[in-house]
Amino acid sequence: MSRMWKLLVLAPAVLLAGCELGTKVVEQSGYRGTGMAYVADKSDMAKPGDVPPPPYELTADMLKGDRASAVYENVQVLGDTSADEFNYLMQAMTTWVAPDGSVKNGGCTYCHNPENMASDELYTKVVARKMLAMTRQINAEWKPHFGNKDNAGVTCWTCHRGKPLPVNNWSSAVPDGPSITGRKNGGNSPAATVAYASLAYDPFTDYLAGKENIRVGATKALPSDHKASIQQTEKTYGLMMHMSQGLGVNCTFCHNSNNFAKWEDSRPQRVNAWYGIRMVRDINNNYITALGNVWPANGKGANGNRRGPHGDPLKVNCATCHQGVNKPMGGALMLKDYPALKGSYAAKPVVAQAPAAPTPMAAVAEPAKPAA
Amino acid sequence: MAYQNIFTQVQLRGHPEEGVPLDHNNDARSGILGNTYWMGKLGGFQLGPIYIGKLGLASLLCGFLSFEIMGFNMLASVNWDPVQFVRQLFWLSLEPPPAKYGATFFVPLAEGGWWIMAGGLLTASILLWWARTYVRAKELNMGTHVAWAFASAIWLYLVLGFIRPMMMGSWAEAVPFGIFPHLDWTAAFSIRYGNLFYNPFHALSITFLYGSTLLFAMHGATILAVGRYGGEREIEQITSRGTASERAALFWRWTMGWNATMESIHRWAWWFAVLTTLTGGIGILLTGTVVDNWYLWAVQHGFAQAYPATGVVDPAALPGAPQ
Repeated sequence: MSRMWKLLVLAPAVLLAGCELGTKVVEQSGYRGTGMAYVADKSDMAKPGDVPPPPYELTADMLKGDRASAVYENVQVLGDTSADEFNYLMQAMTTWVAPDGSVKNGGCTYCHNPENMASDELYTKVVARKMLAMTRQINAEWKPHFGNKDNAGVTCWTCHRGKPLPVNNWSSAVPDGPSITGRKNGGNSPAATVAYASLAYDPFTDYLAGKENIRVGATKALPSDHKASIQQTEKTYGLMMHMSQGLGVNCTFCHNSNNFAKWEDSRPQRVNAWYGIRMVRDINNNYITALGNVWPANGKGANGNRRGPHGDPLKVNCATCHQGVNKPMGGALMLKDYPALKGSYAAKPVVAQAPAAPTPMAAVAEPAKPAA
Repeated sequence: MAYQNIFTQVQLRGHPEEGVPLDHNNDARSGILGNTYWMGKLGGFQLGPIYIGKLGLASLLCGFLSFEIMGFNMLASVNWDPVQFVRQLFWLSLEPPPAKYGATFFVPLAEGGWWIMAGGLLTASILLWWARTYVRAKELNMGTHVAWAFASAIWLYLVLGFIRPMMMGSWAEAVPFGIFPHLDWTAAFSIRYGNLFYNPFHALSITFLYGSTLLFAMHGATILAVGRYGGEREIEQITSRGTASERAALFWRWTMGWNATMESIHRWAWWFAVLTTLTGGIGILLTGTVVDNWYLWAVQHGFAQAYPATGVVDPAALPGAPQ
């Protein structure tokens, strides 16, 4: 009898406390008393991914030789790099995106016709070219997002991690039909994209491809011309759930929850995220969607579907790079071994004026240097 | 009669208690269902008689229609799949019209028209049920305290779903019908209006809510503790104070220096409960109509503390910022 009582008493205690038994990491991230703290169970934290080593050492001599454009045909993006570095980068890209062995059709022939390496007949080569231009654009122009004194930068690996299709991607949800049958109003479903809340499960189309602003919270105490409906607010909430999950952080990683909208009480990380949203729009609109019909129709591609169920190409969100980690790959210096990816290719400036030193931007990003 | 508690209760069986005779204005009562032993463990062991009446019938009808509209809309949203209906039930929703329809009543059914209809029928059902509690109390020559307490809850319900949306000129401000969706609405509402915790009427409402649970615990505990002296016969203790009352009162004077009386403790409890939804409704009504950001309002009025700024500025305000 007494054993049964003990079990009865223990059961709720175990149920309540059993949620997260492990050691916690606790980090205060804001002014005392504001509840700005990061609490995480060590065992639940996503592990930063490993970065594969360069294929071989890139010596200073190798950077000096003939330009790739002079040695090879049809080199549109990397023409200004040396042929040696070009080959070095091609080998690294194979490891990053389509390694031989683990990937079907992997290796050089994933993108190239071995009979004529310069040919654009495989769509994957056209995509890869666009992605190289994109990588250079990100490294040159989107430093306010990831830039710090180390300037970690990105390579193909940051998203791809040895897979032709990055694990985390999205495509637009189908709009509601005219009747109540099947009408979910874009939400009200257990969707992983919004942490299984009933929030709108496609917060991406409007914010990460479209130019809709998040700013729903009122910035003045009394009613003004600021208008934002609750449904609009819920959509931003969905995006925030994605960001929180995608980065493995909580709300107070960026916000002071006493008034989410107020920039002056927020952490500098919120500025990084603000640039990140614009960077992702640039990626989705000017690089991925811009490829148009290069993306094969669903069921027609040699390497599986590259479009969502409604025909738009699979696009990028925060989780594509971050994969549950605040700093992808733990902040590893991705760019240091690949100078060719630093360059700027036909990039128009997206930050017209580098933020000047006294602005808080200096705390999170150093002013953009001219592309190497 | 000896003190009866859950362990010592005697359930006397005989002809069911039918209650006071009713005059000709009333319908016949129905449903004396007899006695159940286990109901007796929870309260009275006699089930019925139930007074349905015209108000009750109309209320149940409206409530049923409203419930069916919500249920069938949710069932339709999962393509009429009963399995998915059960699996996704907590996520499913009947949503109010989007903001583009403003506050008009002429909204396509699929885009929120059903919501207006379900809300209207639910409101009718609730108001009819309120009238029922009022009329039945009058017929029994009781006070109408139950009806007015219920009215306080109805006030909050009406503010959330009708009065405030009308003042804001948009159905989209109203709460969806759905388990998780209404919780998501609550979270979004607070974020949109600069954190409801800084709304003083929200603070009052919480105070009365938590106060209600405290009073409930104190009163329940006190009466159970003096049950052995007949303390559970509270009405008799009110009219003729006995040793149960004396001891209970003395206990509270010993421990906190003052005591409520057998009668006043019920006024305390009634007012705390009623003020929870009364102040809550005022707080919701002022949100968006009079105050747009409660945190900023609270800082302006010395109700909340402004914390040192972190030095972050809005990047959109910087020259040349990307759009």
